[in-house]
Amino acid sequence: MMSSGIGVFRAGVALLVMCGFSKSAEDALPELSPEQYFSTLQPGKASLAYFCQVGSPSNSVFLEELKEAVRPLQDHGISVSKVNCVQEEASRYCGKEEGLMKAYLFRGSILLREFPTDTLFDVDAIVAHVLFALLFNEVKYVTILEDLHNIENSLKGKANMIFSYVEAIGTPEHRAVMEAAFVYGTSYQFALTTEVALLEDIGSEDIGRAHLYFCHCELALDLTERCRRTLMEQPLTTLNIHIFVKTMKAPLLMEVAEDPQQVSTIHLQLGLPLVFIISQQATYEADRRTAEWVAWRLLGKAGVLLLSRDSMDMNIPQHANVAFRRAEKEVPVEFLSLNDADLIVSHVKNNMHIEEIQEDEDGDEEGPDLAIQDDEVAETVYRDRKRRLPLELTVELTQETFNSTVMTSDSIVFFYATWHAVSMAFLQSYIDVAIKLKGTSTILLTRINCADWSDVCTKQNVTAFPAVKLYKEGESPVSYAGMLGTKDLLKFIQINRISCPVNIASIQEAEKYLHGELYKDLFSFTSVSVLGLFSPAMISAKEHFREAGKQLRGSVVTGVYSEDDVWILSNKYGAPLPAMLLARPREGRIESVPLASTSMQDMAQILANAPLEAFPEIMVENLPAYLRLQRPLLILFSDGSINPQYRNIVLALMRQKQLDSFTPCWLNLKNTPVGRGILKAYFGFLPPLPQLLLVNLHSGGQVYAFPSSQSITEQNLRLWLRKLGSGLENPITTLSAQEWKPPLPAFDFLSMMDAPMSQPPTKKVLECMKEKGVQESAEQPQGAPLTTRRGPAEVLRIKHWNKSNWPKEAEESSQHHKEL
Amino acid sequence: MGPSGLLLALGLHLAVCSRPHRDYCVLGAGPAGLQMAALLQRAGRDYEVFERESVPGSFFTRYPRHRKLISINKRYTGKANSEFNLRHDWNSLLSDDPHLLFRHYSQAYFPDASDMVHYLGDFAKRLGLHVLYNTNITHVTLDKDPQAWNGHYFILTDQNGQAYRCSVLLVATGLSVPKLVDFPGSEHVEGYESVSVDPKDFVGQNVLILGRGNSAFETAENILGVTNFVHMLSRSRVRLSWATHYVGDVRAINNGLLDTYQLKSLDGLLESDLEYLALVKDSKGKFHITLKFFLEENNSSQSVDSIPLPEDDNDNFAMRVAYDRVIRCLGWKFDFSIFNQSLRLSSGTEFSKKYPLIRASYESKGSRGLFILGTASHSVDYRKSAGGFIHGFRYTVRAVHRLLEHRHHGIDWPSTEYPITQLTSSIIRRVNEASGLYQMFSVLADIILLKENATAFEYLEEFPMQMLAQLESLTGRTARHGLFIINMEYGKNFSGPEKDVFYYDRSVAHIEDAWRSNFLHPVIYYYRHLPTEQDMRFRPAQWPLPRPVAIHHIVEDFLTDWTAPVGHILPLRRFLENCLDTDLRSFYAESCFLFTLTRQKLPPFCQQGYLKMQGLSSTKSLWQHGVESRLLQDYTAMEDSSSRLGDHPSAPGSLTQTLDSNKEEL
Repeated sequence: MMSSGIGVFRAGVALLVMCGFSKSAEDALPELSPEQYFSTLQPGKASLAYFCQVGSPSNSVFLEELKEAVRPLQDHGISVSKVNCVQEEASRYCGKEEGLMKAYLFRGSILLREFPTDTLFDVDAIVAHVLFALLFNEVKYVTILEDLHNIENSLKGKANMIFSYVEAIGTPEHRAVMEAAFVYGTSYQFALTTEVALLEDIGSEDIGRAHLYFCHCELALDLTERCRRTLMEQPLTTLNIHIFVKTMKAPLLMEVAEDPQQVSTIHLQLGLPLVFIISQQATYEADRRTAEWVAWRLLGKAGVLLLSRDSMDMNIPQHANVAFRRAEKEVPVEFLSLNDADLIVSHVKNNMHIEEIQEDEDGDEEGPDLAIQDDEVAETVYRDRKRRLPLELTVELTQETFNSTVMTSDSIVFFYATWHAVSMAFLQSYIDVAIKLKGTSTILLTRINCADWSDVCTKQNVTAFPAVKLYKEGESPVSYAGMLGTKDLLKFIQINRISCPVNIASIQEAEKYLHGELYKDLFSFTSVSVLGLFSPAMISAKEHFREAGKQLRGSVVTGVYSEDDVWILSNKYGAPLPAMLLARPREGRIESVPLASTSMQDMAQILANAPLEAFPEIMVENLPAYLRLQRPLLILFSDGSINPQYRNIVLALMRQKQLDSFTPCWLNLKNTPVGRGILKAYFGFLPPLPQLLLVNLHSGGQVYAFPSSQSITEQNLRLWLRKLGSGLENPITTLSAQEWKPPLPAFDFLSMMDAPMSQPPTKKVLECMKEKGVQESAEQPQGAPLTTRRGPAEVLRIKHWNKSNWPKEAEESSQHHKEL
Repeated sequence: MGPSGLLLALGLHLAVCSRPHRDYCVLGAGPAGLQMAALLQRAGRDYEVFERESVPGSFFTRYPRHRKLISINKRYTGKANSEFNLRHDWNSLLSDDPHLLFRHYSQAYFPDASDMVHYLGDFAKRLGLHVLYNTNITHVTLDKDPQAWNGHYFILTDQNGQAYRCSVLLVATGLSVPKLVDFPGSEHVEGYESVSVDPKDFVGQNVLILGRGNSAFETAENILGVTNFVHMLSRSRVRLSWATHYVGDVRAINNGLLDTYQLKSLDGLLESDLEYLALVKDSKGKFHITLKFFLEENNSSQSVDSIPLPEDDNDNFAMRVAYDRVIRCLGWKFDFSIFNQSLRLSSGTEFSKKYPLIRASYESKGSRGLFILGTASHSVDYRKSAGGFIHGFRYTVRAVHRLLEHRHHGIDWPSTEYPITQLTSSIIRRVNEASGLYQMFSVLADIILLKENATAFEYLEEFPMQMLAQLESLTGRTARHGLFIINMEYGKNFSGPEKDVFYYDRSVAHIEDAWRSNFLHPVIYYYRHLPTEQDMRFRPAQWPLPRPVAIHHIVEDFLTDWTAPVGHILPLRRFLENCLDTDLRSFYAESCFLFTLTRQKLPPFCQQGYLKMQGLSSTKSLWQHGVESRLLQDYTAMEDSSSRLGDHPSAPGSLTQTLDSNKEEL
């Protein structure tokens, strides 16, 4: 029958497709008379014929495409001819007027289908249409989900299905699917749709492109069980489908007991890596389950094997549980220690990613567009330039008004330059402060544009923008040194309403001060107030304390009590004089710090660290303050408020001095959504929460994850920390130590100037100019200054940035640097 | 030794004591002398200005003869920035006193010269400058003394024989001697300095003017309407200021004669070398032009009428008509006469003979400690920049003062230190407002000295760029880690006396064509090491500086406003980044937070801002723009992708749990 007739050719076709598809076949299109043509028809053999009248204008574009289709159709055992009808000949294919515009597909002498030439618009369309017609029974066309389920149900327990969606009939993707169907049509059921709704129904994403799924219906033994589907992620080309189907045919999991370097599977031949899950007798069952799970996740992307450690005398590192072998012969097997199956998957995916990027470099002749803004501040300020800010809430100063204003009223002056993006971004926060303080502040909010009044700013010692200064009558101006944002600036302004330091007059007042009753409204901005205790004779210590307090003016509330009865407080809080009391009214805690022979700098340091909490919620604003402690961060990532139980565990461990070498903290993803970006960078995906991590930022950059299989208990945590201490734990990732390089090259004006003047201006780029001998990691652009030729590594870097999506880039490159 | 010897010694001693000593002596109370005096005064230095007349700026009491200054007095620019406004103020001197701006002294765009006299008088008075008026220094000599700052003192003697001893001599006497020509008959020529300025004296006359500069055109302009015709004769072709960008060439305000010449209204321009000419006065008192060698061929005793004239052989000789008057307007030269030979103050090369020979630091090549200021110092940038004019030399005088402050008082060249994150904006700020860079383009340049590892830099303003090789010794600053030089330049092939500067497509608008910019635009040079003397000497022709490692042109701007985020700032940042091999972008605190926890290294902006608890918060509206532009990521939206993961064939959550418990034993 017909299907067996085609089958004869199938075996050979696969090879041809593999080896010969890129050759542009310029085979001759046989030109026959109708008589000749019909005499050559063999039973069961398919042929495509285009009938046209001799002498009449022929469709030359179509003929060109048809000529190109000769070779690929012949590969599928289909002959192609042009049939020249002479006027008097009365073949029915010649006779019709519209016959001039049609091609006919015959099997033997039976007409299967006629095609208007405009449906056969190019070689892909010709091949796709012809094969689609011939494989009518083998490729089921479906339009609704029910059709698909019906086919699946009929196959369950018997066979597998290849289901694909193409945007239209006759596209290159359609051709690729039909060619695959031609080869594999007897092994698998094929289903095809052009309905995008159907694709949506089965939950596909990125529906803008063609899809191909392998549906593992053979495994579904029972009608209620759904067929597992594997999506092919590569673009739909004949070669990719072939590779994909081959990997589907390969066993899901193989067990080997030989050197991973010697193992050979179909995957390597197809250019895919191998993942070995290293197993031993004792854990065989569990390992096999892990391996199967990984194998499913990596199906079509890598081969997964279970490697038995017991039966081998080869040296697999003791800690390793996974081996990774790239398809390239020369790359040695990589031994990894991954304590999470997801990490195996992400490792493979990341390592494939590089190849993908490098692949599509070839076509990238065009350099990056240097004129695309990649500075987030400059770009956002520019995009926001047309929005009108309520600037009138602040007083604009000029050369004429500056001195008289700052001398007659307590004023905040905001120094900025209209062309300076960072200034303009901060100006928005400043205006927000003005809105918040509207009608309530005793301090005048002013601003001066240094682009206009440059010498006024210079006279105020402001040469870098933005700057904020507080001018108070009779005092030298105070420069603001906090975050360039609303919150900190508001705090600075509010705290500066009171004098610095506050002179406390009586014991009663001191108690009120320590309990947060004196400046109640300030405690929405600050959690701590500091009181220096000095006997009236301790003049120099008092003076140092005052100076230290002034240095931190606007960020810490400081007070001084130095009356004769100061000993009462000294006794009550166990603070031998001189001393300072750190009061946290919200926590109801008062600590004392002795100040005897403490230098002014040390006092300032103590004051600066006073607001630090024992187990803080880490946020964008406060991280730098905790980093100053130079200790690894022990961070609990929490989706929402922290479970009080965890807090108690950490506090308990702190009391036991277990956490002295760390900075324990937690992160609320609700308040700090960027934490998701951090987790993604650590894991490659978003892990389940809560996650307890140790991040060694200051030495080495290793990140360790508390095993998610264990519950966070005091005991487990203590054990984990002990293991960490003795180096028994492996980091889940190591943070990239990559330097920050120029995101894009610059115009190389020097070589443009060198070029003869007559040449039209050409766009050239200036590469990084590095001193010879100073070469960083292999990923960095190397030497060769001022050349326009770029090595692949450089192109790679440029390519990344060209996507103008730096956060993504940052993650990717940190993943590349994972030392697993 | 007899008593007479003792007496002699005593007498000598007295003579020495009777010479008052000054650390700094300034010759001349013109604009340059007063500018230097103001700077010395502010620095609290021991100085004296010597002025032979009774008022400052006496040159302007007489010149220009027709009283109209051609330096513009632009009173309105639409900008408040006083530094920027100096770019268009060609008459004011530099001071801290906002009242001492020339726009308060004249309403006219081209002000009257007496306003300048008034202004200079006020300048000296308001600042209380030490000027000895009516003191004409007639002789300057050297007195060797190893104790002296420069190994010698300058001894100045005035018209009364009074001597003064100076450690440093600053000569700001301008060009005071009219340039003369010597050819047969030159005695009949009237000089610009004395010729009548009353047009009535020229009614119906044929006038020949020798010279082609502004004084010649100014003279012609004045009499154009009443003469029969005016011819102008000079050695070389007329140079028009708007074609050469040199303010000393003929300015449009004076070029009325060009109009009438080109429109054939009898006036004309001729080119010939004055050296070959001769002037013959005929019996009617009219002047004929002839050639010197005609006179030499014949015996000079011959009568006037028999002297051969060029038109005898060549009947269409251009200057065949007889002239009623011949006026010499050939400019001035420096008065070398008062300087003793020991000072070895010599005149410049053939090209700039009227100027004394000096270095690019304005110090005489002959004697250390002798500086030439003001108009007389123009040999440094003759026909290039504005150093011969008030709006140029006020800056070069300041540069000299800064050099002196370092040399004699240990005060390093003023500089501001910034973190590297301010690099782009410090350059943008200066190119947009600096007047010294703008006026003294290609002479004074800003220098950025990088600190180790390029984490910070020092910014030095308006350094004489030709002295670059000596930068360290002249400024006291160190340049060990690379440097940028910020200069202003016209396009290399743009201007010239014979070029059409209005050609189509003359302006350049594309960033990548910035190097072809024709109009004044900022150019930044990058060197890894300070260029040496040799590098400076063998620099490429037409280049103001040696070939740098990299160069950047900020594309010319019609408004000279170089603040466009993508057109000006972004390409500059890319250039600086690639020179320093770092990332100079600015980031919001949230981005820095992410980098801090996911990378071991931070970009400079995060390191110097965020880590020092000065991160930049974004506002809601900015953040939204950031997400739209895809430069910022919306992390709250990342939740979706995590739930997507759950759709996979097997739920990863449960599986991970079991896997991990297995892993323990692996």
